[in-house]
Amino acid sequence: MSYKIPMGPYHPALEEPYKLDLICTGETVTDAKLHIGFNFRGIEHLAETRNYIQVIALMERVCGICSNIHTLTLCQAMEGLTGLTPPPRAQYIRVVMAELERLHSHVLWAGIAAKLMGFKTMFMTCFELREKVMDVLQAISGNRVNYSMNRIGGVNRDIEDPIALLGMIDVLEREMVKKVIPIFTTSSTARSRCAGIGVLTHEKAISCGTVGPVARASGVGQDIRKAAPYAAYAEMDFEVPVQPDGDVKARLLVRALEIMESCKILRQALTKMPPGELASGGDKFTFVTGTATSRVEAPRGEVMYSVSWKEGARNPARVHVRTPTFATMPAIRWMVLGARLADTPLIQASIDPCYSCTDR
Amino acid sequence: MNLWNKLMCYSRRRSPWLFHMNGGSCNGCDIELVASLSPRYDAEQLGVRLEGSPRHADILCITGPITHNAVNAIKTVYDQVLGPKAVVAIGSCPATTNVFIDSRTLAGPLTKHIPVDVFVPGCPPRPDAIIQGVAMAAGILAERAAKKQPIAPVVMPLVGPGCSGACGCGGGTCSTPSSDAASEVQQ
Repeated sequence: MSYKIPMGPYHPALEEPYKLDLICTGETVTDAKLHIGFNFRGIEHLAETRNYIQVIALMERVCGICSNIHTLTLCQAMEGLTGLTPPPRAQYIRVVMAELERLHSHVLWAGIAAKLMGFKTMFMTCFELREKVMDVLQAISGNRVNYSMNRIGGVNRDIEDPIALLGMIDVLEREMVKKVIPIFTTSSTARSRCAGIGVLTHEKAISCGTVGPVARASGVGQDIRKAAPYAAYAEMDFEVPVQPDGDVKARLLVRALEIMESCKILRQALTKMPPGELASGGDKFTFVTGTATSRVEAPRGEVMYSVSWKEGARNPARVHVRTPTFATMPAIRWMVLGARLADTPLIQASIDPCYSCTDR
Repeated sequence: MNLWNKLMCYSRRRSPWLFHMNGGSCNGCDIELVASLSPRYDAEQLGVRLEGSPRHADILCITGPITHNAVNAIKTVYDQVLGPKAVVAIGSCPATTNVFIDSRTLAGPLTKHIPVDVFVPGCPPRPDAIIQGVAMAAGILAERAAKKQPIAPVVMPLVGPGCSGACGCGGGTCSTPSSDAASEVQQ
């Protein structure tokens, strides 16, 4: 006989408020339903009442983990409407900020995954590692979460001494190679909790329309940084890690390898950073009537912004956001089918959900 | 106050257990709360623990601008926390709804719904500010257990614990090493 177990919206295994209804037969999950909307702040509507400067500060607070990506995507869309092109140094600073954000987001996710496995030591190790990245972000921008680096036509702040940041990357890479990756891949505890669990097949990954590390862990090698390079990514040399297995272990590995690739990109961007201005256009720019879209690879996958403007207006006519979790969310149902009840918190966390982005 | 009450006050101050509630937050404050329990800031040395059930908790930590969907849950959880209890509003959102002001899907600020003891301002506040706020709430908790009378809410200054603002950072965003928040609780 099947029964229903409601998880959430305020549940210790969930980092954010959302509700997961699991239909179980014995210990096996036969179906799952996801309810979201507890974080709905009406940001897209609010954006229509804010002017072109306020809207950047508002969109930064869509998500506290990938705050820089949201302003970057919005600014790129608005640059499409104003016809401004950021100068080369600004493009490089944008890459540095985006990669630092990817680093801290992936290390944070590894910590939370370890906590859900019941591996609290690893959780503490990951969070200690993350603080090293946060130090750099704070040294650059002065804040640990909302960096407010992007503006229309460039960036607000300079990275005065890029070479000095290389030391942090060496430390991070060493810790990843020596501690985190070996423990997650060789420890029998971690392996038994991850391998062969929450499998998302290649076909399902495509039919659900998943993006980012979830898609790449199921063998779909798509990455906006390679497919449609933005900022200075066209000048960077990096690989897109792809794993064919589609289980939780593959998602873990993809993110671990992405951390290594991010270190590689950061090293290139910091050493090659060209001198020059930080922003073009100054305060003089005008919006043309129309709609511009921009796509960026956030830590969780592809973010798309579509911004509409009427000429002469101070406020946007419409700001539409499509977040990566919105795309990967339906895949949870196929991952938990046939899984054991005890594995579901880890499986639903393995897509690295961010429901505050999705609800907005 | 007899010896038993003194002992109870001491234990309440030394071991505040938290229940964290997300009232529509952007995750920024939630992550900083988790970071304050991590090895760098180590709130656990003060006996602070994040609990899974409001029944086990003394201090309710609320983040976010309180969406309509979260109001009833917050009231229910507040009623479930056993007294004496304290409420810490983390970040600018629960205090003023922050950048989301005028949104029709918000029922904030938090003071409309439940009494708040400590406001920790910032978007988001630094982990050391959160620890200081929790330490203040632990003091309030002990006082409340002893006196059983209402205590006025505390608004923490925006300046971080170790920074007097002399370095020109404007407070809260400064990387000058902060004083040990442990001394707050030790007193």
